[in-house]
Amino acid sequence: MSTLTLLASGDEFTPPGLELFDLPPIIPGVDWFTKPVLLALLSTLIVVVFCWSAFANPKIVPRGVQNVAEMGYMFVRDQVARPFLGKDADRWMGLLLSIFFLVWIWNLMGVVPVLQFPVASHIAFPIVLAVSIYVLKVYLGVKHQGPVGYFKNMMFPPGLPKAIYVLLAPIEFLSNMIIAPFTHAVRLFANMFAGHIILAFFSMVGFWFLFEKLTPLGAPLGVVGVLMTIAMTGFEMFIQFLQAFLFSMLAAMYIGNSLHAEH
Amino acid sequence: MIQAASLLAAEEGGNPLIPHTYELVVGVFAFLVVLIVVGKILTPRIQKTLVERTEAIEGGIQKAQDAQAEAQTLLKQYKDQLAEARHEASRLREEAREQGAQIKAELREEAQAEARRLVEAAHIQIEADRQQAFAQLRSEIGRLSTDLASRIVGESLEDEARQRRTVDRFLEELESSSAAVR
Repeated sequence: MSTLTLLASGDEFTPPGLELFDLPPIIPGVDWFTKPVLLALLSTLIVVVFCWSAFANPKIVPRGVQNVAEMGYMFVRDQVARPFLGKDADRWMGLLLSIFFLVWIWNLMGVVPVLQFPVASHIAFPIVLAVSIYVLKVYLGVKHQGPVGYFKNMMFPPGLPKAIYVLLAPIEFLSNMIIAPFTHAVRLFANMFAGHIILAFFSMVGFWFLFEKLTPLGAPLGVVGVLMTIAMTGFEMFIQFLQAFLFSMLAAMYIGNSLHAEH
Repeated sequence: MIQAASLLAAEEGGNPLIPHTYELVVGVFAFLVVLIVVGKILTPRIQKTLVERTEAIEGGIQKAQDAQAEAQTLLKQYKDQLAEARHEASRLREEAREQGAQIKAELREEAQAEARRLVEAAHIQIEADRQQAFAQLRSEIGRLSTDLASRIVGESLEDEARQRRTVDRFLEELESSSAAVR
């Protein structure tokens, strides 16, 4: 809230912008230790502790935390891994589960009171995951289809007229090798970035018109801002889950395509 | 604070698409820790448990089916045994009845034979007695006749009274002698 107060301290209402994402170091002098870094590490801790308490000594008949975590495991296995990896699903569950849980918790940080900052809205974090998947994808593709076969399967899918390949080959190469990892990272980043701006905007409207400049005319607008903040927080939680699901699903799809030629 | 923030933004370029180097490092660290702990250590454990659970459930179902099959076999066995026992019992009853009837018939046969034998023996005895009596009587009658005749001839038939007395005396003797014989 302190950021918002400062930003809204002028005489005129200014909607929040990019400055929302430029956060000062928590300890002056330690430049790298900012809020997103703290939250990223905190998320890691949460995921590790949660999964440890659930799966360290798993029981045949699940109790408590294990039940909850198993729901997550089943979701990733049945909705993410199996549709794209089939019988290889179990081998990649560790990676996919890690990605799903970590991204989800990173995203959820955006709606946790007081913390309120989605870690993935700083593009560095999605990049780390997307690049890891990208490297893995190329490695697996070359390993399972051969260095030539991988690119041949990618750029020259069989059963098309020869002339089409002139157009298709560059597009497929561009799409698979450059656009896919880029969109993989940016999709997650942009959703969280925009979501955070929207939440900040509505909460600032509420704060400005109800606390900073309370006027008979502005008050209803402030109320609308507060209500919208609540509604958008609910919507954000849905988006956060959806993006975590989508990110891990794309990872599964890339891995699956590298293990077996697409066509 | 605003100045610090905007300064920082200026330093980093403020472009949200340019990643901060330290965040990349922290991101790699965060991801690796989760990957190792959750992906490498914990996921195999839960996978093992899930497999065990499936096996346990399948084993339980199998066990239940086995138990049911065994119960069916036992039931059939008991029914068979019961039927056999009933059959055996009726057979025994039948046998006993037959034996009883046979014994009764044998006893009757024996009793009849015994009775016949007794009657036969009685008949023989009676016949023998009769023969004996007859033989005795015959010799007696001869002797008596001779005796009577000699008396009648020997004594003069003086009068009727005497004759009567003689006859009476003879008859008395006869009676007493027959009584003695008896």
